[in-house]
Amino acid sequence: MSRRSPTPSQTIGPFFAQGLGPGWPDLTEGITGGERIAVEGRVLDGDSKPVPDAMLEIWQADAQGRYPGPRAASESGAPARSATPAFRGFGRALTDPRGQYRFTTIKPGRVPGAGGALQAPHLNLTIFARGLLRQLTTRIYFAGDPSNDTDAVLAAVADPAARRTLIAARQGGSSQTVPYRFDVILQGEGETAFFDI
Amino acid sequence: MSRTPPPIAFSRPRAGEQPPYLHEPYGSTIKRAPRRPPVPLPHTLSEVTGPNFAGDWAGVHTTDLTRPGGKGEAQGQRIIVAGQLLDEDGKPIPRSLVELWQCNAAGRYLHDGDVHDAPLDPNFTGYGRLMTNDQGEYRFLTIKPGAYPWRNTHNAWRPAHIHFSLFGNAFATRLITQMYFPGDPLLATDPIYNSVPDQSARRRLISDYDAALSEAEYALGYRFDIVLRGRTATPMEQ
Repeated sequence: MSRRSPTPSQTIGPFFAQGLGPGWPDLTEGITGGERIAVEGRVLDGDSKPVPDAMLEIWQADAQGRYPGPRAASESGAPARSATPAFRGFGRALTDPRGQYRFTTIKPGRVPGAGGALQAPHLNLTIFARGLLRQLTTRIYFAGDPSNDTDAVLAAVADPAARRTLIAARQGGSSQTVPYRFDVILQGEGETAFFDI
Repeated sequence: MSRTPPPIAFSRPRAGEQPPYLHEPYGSTIKRAPRRPPVPLPHTLSEVTGPNFAGDWAGVHTTDLTRPGGKGEAQGQRIIVAGQLLDEDGKPIPRSLVELWQCNAAGRYLHDGDVHDAPLDPNFTGYGRLMTNDQGEYRFLTIKPGAYPWRNTHNAWRPAHIHFSLFGNAFATRLITQMYFPGDPLLATDPIYNSVPDQSARRRLISDYDAALSEAEYALGYRFDIVLRGRTATPMEQ
């Protein structure tokens, strides 16, 4: 069969909310167990102005480090083991007029990485917005997790300041849900490290 | 720890086949494009797995956009937009979520931020979603969207387009794109369409008029196949 070329990406534009909103910002519905967390922050442009028309999506493993779906088990080469029932591992949130977003979820476990070494817990994050002709991709890691020091993907970000942009800061407050803050700086001072996946 | 083979990666785009982040003719990229190049990331389980929308938890299917309330009918020319979701090897991608959104026939979106002085249509919301069938096929009935002005440059107009959101089977295959219509004179000057450097790649964003898809005395047919990234090798079937 002849090889086809992928369809090019085009911007999500500013008017997607009616179609793609309000999203699924709460991944904990129907889930028991796991450490409940909230991840919130702002999306800012190169002038540090809020981006009120962004869409963020996360994809993550469950608390035991298992991605939902039959494909995940076969991809890992491990015996099929199902992820937490009802855990979808996928969330979508739209920024508000102040550029803010928020997800409520559980802290993911560690999943296999290169060479079978376990990766540090992370959320895979995609950002779409007017002015982005292609999505941006990054990862949200968690401050204070000892496995961050041995994570191969974090280590691949050579500049320490850029690497720090991938670590969500733990906030004080709530007892039931541990709040983390993760801002997405699209451009300039403090620019988030993005990945070419 | 058990030795497990690394996941089979997805292909990387060839030069010119995807738009850059910074494309100055499209003004909104100037303050939103990162300055640093993205860090290459070899694919792990995190990138080769992806969300599964089986069970309709993402919402019920909406494939007829012309009668959103089941009552009145949307203004405009009825069109059928259909095609197949495929990977680079031409293999269909079945049971995968497709979402689309568009403006109405007058060129106005149902969105508070759209201030274009054109009428809203009480019988048109402009949103559809479905899961591809076992052959990776999709089909929507809608109306042809209008062109609309935007403030990118003086007297700039976007060519008629329909936005598509696709997932495929992996986090790495996620795609949002726009479908255009053949013969649209606004394509020549549209900076978003022309952000894709490679001309043949760009042309794949234009649907084909398909007489076989049209329904006599009812609606015109446009075919738009969508190709997502494929694997660099064939995964073992399990």
